This record gives sequence, C-alpha cells and structure tokens, in this order.
Amino acid sequence: MQSLSAEEIVIIKEIVAKHVGSPGSAIPILQEIQKELGYVSTAFLRQVAELTETPASDLYSIVTFYSQFRLEPLGKNYIQVCHGTACHLAGAERITDSLEHETKTKCGCTSENGEFTLEKVACVGCCSLAPVVNVNGETHGRLTPEKTAKVIENLRNKGNEGNGDVLR
Amino acid sequence: MYYVKVGLASCGIAAGSAAVYERFQQELTPDVTLQPTGCLGMCYCEPLVEVINSTGERYLYGNVTDKDVLRILSTHIRDGNPVTELLVDAPSTSDDDRVYFAKQSRFALQNCGVINPEDIESYFLVRGYEGLKKALLNMSSEQVIREVEQAGLRGRGGAGFPTHLKWTLTRKAAGEQKYIVCNADEGDPGAFMDRSILESDPHSVLEGMLLAGYAIGASKGYIYIRAEYPLAIKRLRTAINQARQHELLGAAVLGSNFAFDIEIREGAGAFVCGEETALLMSIEGKRGMPRFRPPYPAEKGLFGCPTSINNVETLANVPRIIDLGCEAFNRYGTEKSKGTKVFALAGKIKRGGLVEIPMGTTVNELVFSIGGGISTGKAFKAIQTGGPSGGCIPAQLGDTPVDYESLNKIGAIMGSGGLLVMDEDTCMVNLAQYFLTFAREESCGKCSFCRSGTEQMLRILNRITSGMGQLSDLDLLADLGEKIKIGSMCGLGQTVPNPVLTTLKYFRHEYVAHIQDKVCPAKQCKALIDYQVLAADCRSCGICKKSCPVGAIIGEKKQVYTIDSSKCIRCGLCVNSCKFHAIEVFSLPKEVAVCMEVQS
Ligand SMILES: Cc1cc2nc3c(=O)[nH]c(=O)nc-3n(C[C@H](O)[C@H](O)[C@H](O)COP(=O)(O)O)c2cc1C
Ligand code: FES
Repeated sequence: MQSLSAEEIVIIKEIVAKHVGSPGSAIPILQEIQKELGYVSTAFLRQVAELTETPASDLYSIVTFYSQFRLEPLGKNYIQVCHGTACHLAGAERITDSLEHETKTKCGCTSENGEFTLEKVACVGCCSLAPVVNVNGETHGRLTPEKTAKVIENLRNKGNEGNGDVLR
Repeated sequence: MYYVKVGLASCGIAAGSAAVYERFQQELTPDVTLQPTGCLGMCYCEPLVEVINSTGERYLYGNVTDKDVLRILSTHIRDGNPVTELLVDAPSTSDDDRVYFAKQSRFALQNCGVINPEDIESYFLVRGYEGLKKALLNMSSEQVIREVEQAGLRGRGGAGFPTHLKWTLTRKAAGEQKYIVCNADEGDPGAFMDRSILESDPHSVLEGMLLAGYAIGASKGYIYIRAEYPLAIKRLRTAINQARQHELLGAAVLGSNFAFDIEIREGAGAFVCGEETALLMSIEGKRGMPRFRPPYPAEKGLFGCPTSINNVETLANVPRIIDLGCEAFNRYGTEKSKGTKVFALAGKIKRGGLVEIPMGTTVNELVFSIGGGISTGKAFKAIQTGGPSGGCIPAQLGDTPVDYESLNKIGAIMGSGGLLVMDEDTCMVNLAQYFLTFAREESCGKCSFCRSGTEQMLRILNRITSGMGQLSDLDLLADLGEKIKIGSMCGLGQTVPNPVLTTLKYFRHEYVAHIQDKVCPAKQCKALIDYQVLAADCRSCGICKKSCPVGAIIGEKKQVYTIDSSKCIRCGLCVNSCKFHAIEVFSLPKEVAVCMEVQS
C-alpha cells in the first residue's frame, strides 16, 4: 500500500482540522483534499478515517458514489468533453471519437504516458457554443473534429504548463 | 458621460468577453464608467457589450471581439455614432432581435446583465434587500407566506409544488432548529438557468433565502450547488461575505432579533442529489440515496429537523414579490400557473440562450418569435422539456401553452427550464437512447426497477438503433417504462422512462422504420447509415482519404474516391473534410444488420 509523505499528512491534517465540529463535513473534507492533492487515494482515506474517527468504508462509499472523486491522479492535461443535451445534438460523439483518436486515450481514462486524461461531463453551461470541450479549465466551443485535433496539437506543442489550479 | 457594461458570466467568458473587458480597461477615458455584469441571456451573440449614454439610451453590441473595442470607443463614444453593424439592440433598430426582448417578461432575471454581480451596492441600486427590510419591519412571517400564496408562486425546480404550502408545513412542524436549503444542483444536462441567476444576481437568491428563513423560522440556510459551477460558487461566496459585512446575514439581521446565516455546500457530481431527500443525505455527508417520504423534509429534513428545500429560481422571485407586492408577479401567467418561467433554449435554435416568458406563452411563440426559429433552416420537429425526466412535444402541438397543466396534459412536463429544440435531422430514438443512458448511469441503485429496468430498456433501444429490433420490442419498452414508474421510490425512477414513452407516443413511426426497414430517417444511427462519394461532385483532391482514421477510403488522385463500407466506422470525419460536399450520408432499406458489426 502507498504510504503518505510527511507533506501529504500535514495537508490532510490541516483540512480535517478546519472542519472539526461541523456536521456532515466528510464530503467537503474529501473535496478539499482532492483540490489540494489532485485525487483521493485509499491511503488518504485511511488517514482521514483515523483523524475523524469514521470507518474508512464510509468514506470509500462516498468516493465511489460521487463521480467527482477520483482514486487516481490526473494526467498532465485534463480534458472534459461535454455530453450535455445540446452538445450531444451538436455531435459530441464525434468530438469524443476525434479526441480519443488524437490522444490515444479512452474516455474515462488517463493515457499511459500520463499526458492526457479524458472525461465525459454533462453540460458545462455553454450550450449555445456546443459542442464544447473544457481543456485544463478553459472552454473551447463550436468545435469540429478538425478544430479538436488542433487543440490537442497546440497542447502538445506548448510543452504545456498542464492543468495547474483546475485540479479538482 | 457613458456607461459601458460587459457581460462576464461563464457563457460570455467562454466566448471571449474577458479579453474585451480587459481591452476596455486599458483604453478607458475619464468620461466612461466600465462595469462588469452578468448574463443578458443572449448566448447566441456573446460577447455582449452595452453602451448607455447620458440620456439613458441603451445600445447593445453583440459578437464583440477585443478588436472592436477601439472602434466602439472612437466611433460611438467619442463621435456619437453607434457602430451599426455590431448592434443587436438599440432605440433605432427595427431588426427582429428586438422581438427577443419584447416578447419576454423579465421578473426573475430582471437584474441579470444589468447589475454588477460582485458588488452589493449595485444590487442596492435596484431596490436590493428592500423586500427583506419591508418584511422585517412591517410584516409577520405569516404575512410573508400569505403574500407568496397570493402571488401564486409554485416551485420552479420541476414539480411545481406551491411554495407557500411548503413553507407553512415547515413553519408549523415541531422543532427548535429549522433549515432552509437552496437547491442549486441543476442536474438536467442541458440547462443553465440557475447558474446564470447565481452568476449574474447572487444577492437576489440570498435575499430569497433570508425571507424564506424568516417565514419558516429558520436560522440557517444551505446552498447546495454543483461543483461544475466554479464562477457561480465564487460569486456566491463574495455575495455572502458582503451581506455579512452589511449585517444582512448574522446574529441580528439588520439589527432585528432575526438571526440567519448561509453556508455553501458543493455537490460532488450525482444527478440524483437534485432530488430533495438525496440532497439532504449529501449535505449530511453520506451517499446521496433518496429515502422514502413521508416523513417529508418539512417535518423531518436535514439532520432530522424541519427543512424547506427550494429551487434557485423560486427563491429569486421572492424578494420582488415581497417588495413590490403579489400583483407584480401574478399579473403574468394563466389561471393556475402564475408568473413567469425562465427557459434555457438550446439545440437547433437560432437564438439560443436564456429567456423568461409569461406562463401561457405557446411553444411556437417561444421557438419562432423569441428563439428566431431553427438554426439549420430545416423543418422544426419537436422540443424536449424537463431533460431526462421530461418528454418531447412534437411540432404539430406547437400551439400548446407553456404552463403546468397544459404540458402535463400532453405527457410532457414544465421541468426546471431546460428546453431543447430539434429539427428533422434529430433521431428521436437516438434522443431517447441518450437520455436513458444518462438515467442508467445516474440511478442510485436502490430500487430494482430503476436500476435494472433502465438497463433493460437501454439494451432494447441499443438493439433497435443497431437494426436488430423487433416490433414486439415496442410493447416491451412501454410495459417496462410503466413498471419502472410505479416500481421506483423517488422522482428519478418515476420520471426517467418519460423520454422513451413520449417519443414512442408521438414518433412511433421512427421506431418502426428502425425496426422494419432498418432505416434511420434522420440518418444518425451509425449502424443504419452508409457513406458514399458522389462521383459527379468529387474533385479527386484526396483530402477525405487523409482524414479517414481507419483507411476506409480507396482511390488515387485524379480518380473518384470510393468508401469501403465494411471498414468505415461512420465517424463522419470525411464529410466534414470535403470542401465540395461530395460525400453523402444515406440510410436505405436493406439488410444492413448482417453486414455490419453490431454496436454494443
Ligand atoms: C432526479 C431528480 C432531480 C432533481 N434535480 C433538481 C435540480 O437539479 N434542481 C432543483 O431545483 N430541483 C430538482 N429536483 C426537484 C427537487 O426534488 C425539489 O422538488 C425542488 O428542489 C423543490 O424546490 P421548488 O419547490 O422550489 O421547485 C429534482 C428531482 C428529482 C427527482
Ligand atoms: S450541453 Fe454542452 S455545454 Fe450544455
């Protein structure tokens, strides 16, 4: 099992301490951990369980129920393809095909070299720009398969700063 | 003296309004006041810039890029001549964009795109918190509830339950501690009304919660908002802090003995958490599984205490009802459905965006007069309201008034405000399949009918769209759909068969075409379509061959290219790449099923 670094332990302790005495804070705690550390591993869960005196299984049940949580770290570039209604009608399927093809990554997975994570989301709220893709927190609208390929090419060329503070 | 407002809500920012705003900041002269604002609803022509001159005349520019900024500043603001080709609304335009506003009645959205959402002073200028003051000084909590009752306000989150009844029940329920919860989960995957209100006018929702809290005797409110709305969350945080500084939240609201505070809880990505009992579970820090009602949250809600759960738009209406009186609201609408409703128009519509209409406006008025008709120029086929819980309304029922009763009568629902417009290129079977895929993934798994029933329905639909369906499947779908509705405990299971059931009702012939002829009339279902190069139009440039990811296009330069149907994966990339429109999609009656791999 993965062991935690001293830094990770400090971060987790600080986050848990902020929520002492506030009822129902398990989800906000896990959300903040994911914001800080990029994901919530089972090792993190155990640490939280110990600190909050909740069964680790309870926390695990939360993490697996809500789609926001991930048990694995993100790739360097985080790409969310909108599959909301408007984007679906505007051809989100083809945008997804094209993204999978360009990044050689399956939707819902991270590429082997850790360069890309592809994920489906439902409506990012820019329906009139459909089809829409969020790349590292930035919205790209009115996409075509060609434009999508360009977006990926630009990411590759940039040598890119990666997903920075959009980790969530 | 000029005012310049730039729309900085998510939709505007995605279209590039942040760059426009920055450019204005750089070029600012002392006679111009620049103000960031929220969403006017005209998503179809973002970024939007509004110029208001000293006599109060408003000029609205659309599709503005940062390169247009200097032109607006020099031509309009310095020389006094509006830049006509960018104008979308102005005192002089006779353009049909004017209809867009003329047919709407802005009540819940009245401040959106008008005030600065990050500045409480800007909200004060439009009578912000006057409703709260009036209530605290002159009204008992019963009087607040009565005003809302006389206004005829019904919940805007989907079910349309009378708001005053919910508040009365919660008020009367036994218990010291009570809660008010604002449902900002907005789970319908094609809707963004609540996001826009929160991003453009957050204080109105806070004021609505304060009034609701005062009415039911709660001292604490939670806002449950989806984590996918970071800008809305940020602006809510700002608004809450400002309200605390002005003693509008805290131990003594406006110096009275009414105490109230608000906490934000971010959702974690589960559609079912929009359902009220699941939402409460989630705030309590558990898996968001709905529970049986009764007891209703009004009796036993959050942490076991009486709780009123209200939607964002419902709450945003309340301050104005209290401030201006119930007539300001109930002068709009029909006999039983009072007031206005906000809709998010999306899909194949010319003027997609947020609109607010008086209840009783017909579907046709909404689609054609306000929405400008179909964006593709093709025939209008249907609309879908209520997202995965809703149903479709075919074009021939376009005279149906949009109010709770009329929509229910034809098997559709008002829903929370998502409104999808479809043209003849939309396959209704594919649409039903899309919503059901969503429903299956989002079922919490508690009730067998919802969990396994949606899975079985989806399998049948997949079979039909891949050309393997049988006519008896249609009865099976209808039967399963009805059983899921009665066999499920919460509103999710009780409603998610609706998209299938209503498309079956109004577009049965499309299902039959998929099954009997193996044809997708809208040419969307991959297993039932083929691509071919039109020899007469092909200029033999070879671009299509390059674009094909699987090498299914055969041919050499200077020859007409052909497509190997057995290799083709129907991705459509070649159609997009061909500048001469020489590649055609077709769906003809034939035994495709045998020669194509069935899609899983
Ligand atoms: C599956 C499901 C999802 C829902 N999603 C939402 C939602 O996203 N937003 C919302 O306000 N209400 C949603 N509702 C309705 C709520 O349960 C509840 O009726 C509503 O928030 C009450 O507020 P209102 O009376 O102001 O409409 C949903 C209901 C169900 C069954
Ligand atoms: S459906 Fe994609 S942004 Fe709304």
